[in-house]
Amino acid sequence: MFGSIFNADFIASSIRIAIPLALAGLGGVFSERSGVTNIGLEGMMLTGAFTAVAVTNFAQNPWVGVLGAILVGILLGLIHAITCITFKANQIVSGVAINLFASGITVFFSWLLFNETQIMAKYSLPIWGFPIPIKGEGYSWVRSLIVIFTHYSPLVYFTIIIIILSHFILFKTPFGLRLRSVGEYPEAADTMGVNVNKMRYIAVMTSGALAGLAGSFLSLEQAHFFVKEISGGRGFIALAAMIFGKWTPLGTAGAALLFGFGEALAIRLQSVTAVPVQFINMVPYLLAIFVLVSAVGRAVPPAADGIPYEKEIG
Amino acid sequence: MPEIALEMKNITKRFPLVVANDKVNFTVYKGEIHALVGENGAGKSTLMSILYGLYQADSGEIFINGEKVNITNPNVAINLKIGMVHQHFMLVPPLTVTENIILGMEPIKNNIFIDMEDATKRVEKLSKSMGFKIDSKAKIEDISVGIQQRVEIIKVLYRGADILIMDEPTAVLTPQEVEELFGILNSLKKQGKTIIFITHKLNEVKAISDRITVMRDGKVVGVKNTKDTNQEEIANMMVGRKVLLQVDKKEHKFGKTVLKVNKLNALNSKKLPALKEVSFEIREGEILGIAGVEGNGQTELVEVITGLRPALSGKIFLYDKEITDYSPRNIREQKIAHIPEDRRQRGIISDFTVSENLILGSHYLPPFNKGLSLNISEINSHADKLIEEYDIRPSDSYNLLKSLSGGNQQKVIVARELFGEPRLLVAAQPTRGLDVGSIEFVHSQILKERDKGKAILLISADLDEILSLSDRIAVIYEGEIVDVLDPKKTEEKEIGLLMTGSTTNKILSEVK
Amino acid sequence: MKSIKKFDYYILLEKITPLIAVILALLVGAIVILIIGEDPIFVYKTLFSNAIGNRDGWGNVLFRATPLIFTGLAVAFAFRCGLFNIGGEGQVLIGSFLATWVGFTFTDLPAFILIPLCILAAAAGGALWAAIPGLLKAKRGVHEVIVTIMMNWIASSLTFFLVLKFKAPATEAMKAAGVQQMIPHTSEIAQAARLPRLYTILKALNIDFPSYNQVNVSFFIALAAAALVYYILWKTNLGYEIRAVGYNPLAAEYGGINVAKNIVLAMVISGALAGLVGTNEVMGFKYRWRQELFTGLGFNGIAVALLGKNHPLGVVLAAILFGILNYGGAIVNIYTEGRIPRELIMVLQAVIVIFVVISDEVVKRLIRKRRKLA
Repeated sequence: MFGSIFNADFIASSIRIAIPLALAGLGGVFSERSGVTNIGLEGMMLTGAFTAVAVTNFAQNPWVGVLGAILVGILLGLIHAITCITFKANQIVSGVAINLFASGITVFFSWLLFNETQIMAKYSLPIWGFPIPIKGEGYSWVRSLIVIFTHYSPLVYFTIIIIILSHFILFKTPFGLRLRSVGEYPEAADTMGVNVNKMRYIAVMTSGALAGLAGSFLSLEQAHFFVKEISGGRGFIALAAMIFGKWTPLGTAGAALLFGFGEALAIRLQSVTAVPVQFINMVPYLLAIFVLVSAVGRAVPPAADGIPYEKEIG
Repeated sequence: MPEIALEMKNITKRFPLVVANDKVNFTVYKGEIHALVGENGAGKSTLMSILYGLYQADSGEIFINGEKVNITNPNVAINLKIGMVHQHFMLVPPLTVTENIILGMEPIKNNIFIDMEDATKRVEKLSKSMGFKIDSKAKIEDISVGIQQRVEIIKVLYRGADILIMDEPTAVLTPQEVEELFGILNSLKKQGKTIIFITHKLNEVKAISDRITVMRDGKVVGVKNTKDTNQEEIANMMVGRKVLLQVDKKEHKFGKTVLKVNKLNALNSKKLPALKEVSFEIREGEILGIAGVEGNGQTELVEVITGLRPALSGKIFLYDKEITDYSPRNIREQKIAHIPEDRRQRGIISDFTVSENLILGSHYLPPFNKGLSLNISEINSHADKLIEEYDIRPSDSYNLLKSLSGGNQQKVIVARELFGEPRLLVAAQPTRGLDVGSIEFVHSQILKERDKGKAILLISADLDEILSLSDRIAVIYEGEIVDVLDPKKTEEKEIGLLMTGSTTNKILSEVK
Repeated sequence: MKSIKKFDYYILLEKITPLIAVILALLVGAIVILIIGEDPIFVYKTLFSNAIGNRDGWGNVLFRATPLIFTGLAVAFAFRCGLFNIGGEGQVLIGSFLATWVGFTFTDLPAFILIPLCILAAAAGGALWAAIPGLLKAKRGVHEVIVTIMMNWIASSLTFFLVLKFKAPATEAMKAAGVQQMIPHTSEIAQAARLPRLYTILKALNIDFPSYNQVNVSFFIALAAAALVYYILWKTNLGYEIRAVGYNPLAAEYGGINVAKNIVLAMVISGALAGLVGTNEVMGFKYRWRQELFTGLGFNGIAVALLGKNHPLGVVLAAILFGILNYGGAIVNIYTEGRIPRELIMVLQAVIVIFVVISDEVVKRLIRKRRKLA
């Protein structure tokens, strides 16, 4: 029984579940490291999911769909940025508004363009890597390796690259240094000539792009369809992963993977235990709460996170 | 005739309520240490902020090395080789020393990454030229204030500053660190740098500067060579009148012991020891003043006594009752009043009305609270009474507290705390940021309580206030009470030395 | 006095920013309608005339406004303590389910006991669900935003499990219509647990009103709740402490207020308000529990609270406005034969929120600038 649960497919499953969490969580990292809370990741992911399917079906090309999702994510990020940075509105309220907006507009266009609330993705991205050998043929450890490392949607490989890139950008480049200073002590950064608002705009729009990308993976690559509220709270779980990962790209990715394991395990346990499926469904959310409670005190957010920057004008 | 490095001509800057700089002329020679001196609000910080591009003057001109310049933002100032070491350090706590220094001007390798080796090398070279070593990989939040200041200085030199503005640099330093700083400044002077030194500490002015410009109420009232003047003359120029806080303190006998603090130990927010075996007593009708540089445990002492912070060990007694670790509500019920040092953060709720603020702390008691609901009419009439008694302006009780001036806000706090006849009054920095009229008012209220036989614990960074109000003075240094003095038998100099940790009569040596 | 007059003008402006936001949002909506190829004037005329032009319309508007009043009050109350209660969805689900369970379990009790009992159960369910994030925040400092949202999803799964456990067979009416029972529901609550429709009350007063209209006594419970919230916040010691904590927890602590206790109390009361939605949907309308009766209420409650400036009177007015938009949107959808989806209203509501938030800040800054110069 143990072997039937913890095998190569389990790991691959976990990775796939973790991808949207990691991407959205990474978006959260950029945004909050610059000092802007982004609760709207859920809505950006949802809109990205819809856009990916819609654009894919119209353009008959999944790559264009992914691109569309990213662009829409950037657009929503821009709205959040304008509201929070230029108008200095409450960042949580703005995030909630974006989620409301996304819920409405995705179904709205769903009806308008397809006359349906569930839209099948007509295309999806090709799998990159080696094909999985049929069970029984060849060595089983070769099969395991292929399944775990080389049989994924291109977006999975992109995600890993983006995570590593983000780590270097955040901690080894001037851009990253300035971004972090803006999120910790914007007044000091300002006196050093760093443009606080510009950095924040870039960070928030980046978070939108990543959340949109996360959504495209969800609808194009995992589910192969769009249905309303398909994001299912993942945008918020991603925030929990970000907090558990101490606002670092690698930490967030690790936490996302943990969530992936948790959910994959829960799904597999379904077939083995008598626990009703609804309780299994609760696992990711309970895990997120547990993560948040344990992170208190240990994980400290950027000092200026959530506080609009007011220049002291003479 | 020495070269002129900087000339500010006819600078005027107006803010909505005050003229901060009024036709100010300010000249600094190359290679000199020039002290800019004046009381709080005299206009020195504003003038330097204009020089550094943080503000723009309404009128006037600035010349650097003879050329007219227009300094619109700090980047322009930096390009003109002007550097500013702020009073409140502009350092990002979780970043390292090197990261803070290079922020905004990072050396790059391979066109993308920060060249940390190069940065570290440069930082170490600069600090060596100053004559000190610095751990370039240390995080700002882990190093002492004195070292943080050195980081600020290197930051400024890294950008090639020739003119350094230092805003109240010794405010947070120990005497040892002050001497080290002066050594660094002299070293910079030898390298040909020009230094502007803002301060209100006159002994330092004498020790380090070549020339002095004195400002008062936005105007320049005197420019002197340091060796041609003395502290008394400078003080008179600064203040414009002989300063003696006239306070009417009556002699009387003291009563029973009200507050007894016994071997109190406590930690601060960083889990470091803030209070070490602190013991003292206050009697009825007595004002005990705690003198000390801010950050030596006064804040924690007040918090422990008023229930806002737990004690690590030790006991506190009010008359004979032990009140250690009482909650703030219990402390209030024991008739202990607290005027907090941070008025805006602790003392008032700016979005509440004057009425609502005046009942904070006793809002749940009759007559303000009856059964299930508040007695609004009683609350309002109570407010009207206090507003009249304390002359709080504007006089409408429904005004939100954020629309009142600082002085009136403090009046609300004092009115509230003194109502109900507290047995012990803890007053922390009660006149900070207030105008002269409000200061006199608060002082008279405190003395009134003293005359009524109440015990008062007064904490203040203003030595004049401590000296004129206290019956006894306890000096606190690094969490310990180092001595208890009789104000009639001591003077500022002795207290100042105790406050800064010297136990012998060591005079600040002339470093020049 | 001149200076006071100038301030009054801006304070008035502050109070009507919601109206400005709504008008702007309607303009945006008009543009969207144009882009789709429909006539905005026709759309808005249809919307408003049907919603508030006749008694049946008003009935539907108030019926839809009632749950929004409850969730709006819930969000507003929590916000007064500085808390973001995004968990309205979950609190509504748990509270309404508990009320339903009481309603179909204690069928022998008479109405004057059963009805208050059910109402209490609704409030208790919501209060309990909100107490968890409240305690986590008060005792452990865990931020309530993500926790409440997670609790929503947990409540959704939990109630789905429960409704399967207490499943009732398809009704005769459904069988006759050939409708498959896609969405599970519970058995009906006892007759003694049902709240009368407004129709029955008006009929007794000889006022004409359609008998099929769903608006019921719960609307008056909502109004009573609003009055109660006003009373608590501004006329009691509890409300004083909650508002103090919401404005400045440090000063509240200094003033002897137990900050943790008030955080929990605020969340509990907030959750109770949300739970009361069950009185409208279950006790007053469907008389049984179905999950999709409650979708979207929690988040709309946030929009209503914001629009109503977190004040009970504002919440009631904002809820009625949203009721008008909701019902009107459904009508428009029918009149345009599905060409304009009902979700347009959702989008409009989100746009309203964004505009409210922006115009709030703009006016606040104008006031601050004037105050500096005065």
